[in-house]
Amino acid sequence: MTAIPLPYTDEPDTRGFWQAAREGRLVVQCCTACGHRQFPPHPFCENCAHAETEWVETPGRGNIWSFGVAHGPSLPGLQDVVPYPMIVVELDEHPHIRMVGSLVTGPDAPINSVPAGDIRIGLPVEVTFAAVSDDVTLPRWMPRRSEGRKP
Amino acid sequence: MSDTISLKDRTAIVGIGETTFGKGMAESEEQLACMAIKAALDDAGIAPSEVDGLCSLNMENVWQHDIARDLGMKEVTYYAQIPAGGHGGCGTVGHAAMAIATGQAKVVVGWRSRKRSGRASRIWAQTEQRVQGRDTWLRPWGIIRPVDEVGVLAARYMHEFGATRDHLANVALAFRSHANRNPNAVMHGKPMTREDYFAARWISEPLCLFDCCLETDGAIAFVVTSAERARDCRARPAYIHAVAQGFDGGSTMLANYFTADPMRSQAATCAKSLWRQSDFGPSDMKVAQFYDAFTPEVFFTLEGYGFCGRGEGAAFTEDGGIALGGRLPVNTGGGSLSEVYLHGFNMITEGVKQMRGTSTGQVDSADCCFVSSSDLGPTCAVVLRN
Repeated sequence: MTAIPLPYTDEPDTRGFWQAAREGRLVVQCCTACGHRQFPPHPFCENCAHAETEWVETPGRGNIWSFGVAHGPSLPGLQDVVPYPMIVVELDEHPHIRMVGSLVTGPDAPINSVPAGDIRIGLPVEVTFAAVSDDVTLPRWMPRRSEGRKP
Repeated sequence: MSDTISLKDRTAIVGIGETTFGKGMAESEEQLACMAIKAALDDAGIAPSEVDGLCSLNMENVWQHDIARDLGMKEVTYYAQIPAGGHGGCGTVGHAAMAIATGQAKVVVGWRSRKRSGRASRIWAQTEQRVQGRDTWLRPWGIIRPVDEVGVLAARYMHEFGATRDHLANVALAFRSHANRNPNAVMHGKPMTREDYFAARWISEPLCLFDCCLETDGAIAFVVTSAERARDCRARPAYIHAVAQGFDGGSTMLANYFTADPMRSQAATCAKSLWRQSDFGPSDMKVAQFYDAFTPEVFFTLEGYGFCGRGEGAAFTEDGGIALGGRLPVNTGGGSLSEVYLHGFNMITEGVKQMRGTSTGQVDSADCCFVSSSDLGPTCAVVLRN
């Protein structure tokens, strides 16, 4: 079990995100008035101040917008995984939406499973999900296979 | 409008006080605060009993009423805490100036006291098992410390604008050289070479140890009063020429990966307000004091306040650009990186020293000084003049 800090999953503004993650879906908020998509979730549409949004699924594909590598000292529960990479992913479908994530070789691989030297800005990634507690399933990201790349 | 009040040159910083700075100091935060405030009042030649206003940051652990009791203040008629920690230092100056200009108080003290060297006092080290609010979207993926947030932002900045670690080193080396002229600086007597910089251990790539501010104990205080009274005080007044706070709908604390354009400075709103009020512009500044918890913040501030264009901050530091003798000497006392980390209050007192002509890194021609707080978030800035 990871000792990384976990989110509360039962708060009004965010519980839909965590519920979807438990179901293996990556969702963002969509304004029911103007259709603007936003993340992180918050009350009201940031574009038109409408009070109602709904959760819509995204394909869960993107590329690395930036990354860093955390070295110690860190929290006691992370001391045995430093150094580990931290990434920010820009979604392919919604380039204005970015999500912080971990880059891993597989759904349950440790957060230091991809060597820092293999990471670069622009690297294509796809979402995967790791159940880390009874209520928390974290979206994580894996390097995307070279589909679509010309030989 | 006839019923608005301009703050321009209406008030002045007339006293500054600093404790020694170090690690593991014996005094309590409350003692340190009292020492700095008393020193600032002595510097001004004003008795504690005359103080009727108190301003601090929302992270301050010493309460205003404890200060008033400890130092024998009589009737306090204005007090404020500025939100956003290191983003709020110059806001204490602004609130002091507003309180005096509007008749709410006659003598206002601002202070910051901190014992940070204890590991448990670092906020990130106290991260809860469950996080909420903004932390929800960062911490579960290992972005734990401020240095992690800024490191990832800096990596993108370097990618977009061609900045390199040599540019980060320019910042660290300039401020260390300034600290070596300042006997009260924690890093006084510890010169640093470019080789030293590149040999330092990583903290959060692309940031190494010397890209990060110090961990220090100490306290700093300043005294503000009206321009009229300032002329009778002991020291040469540093007039508060312009003050501004600001953020916009895209702002957040620290690195904002989630806004439409994360490379756009969060200082834009504050900068617009500041320069609108000021007779001086960025190109008039011969010296400046920037918040520098991490080296890349200096690039962001250079750009955000118009000292250079977008993406030009790193190049600005080339050829000694921000060192003494350069085009804009910055953090002439050593800054948070090499003098002391007290949430940027040493930028305020260093600005005052420049206006008095008493800095250990004095810029002789300086007739005004720009001072800013962290602009990775809601921010504030001051223009001082002599």
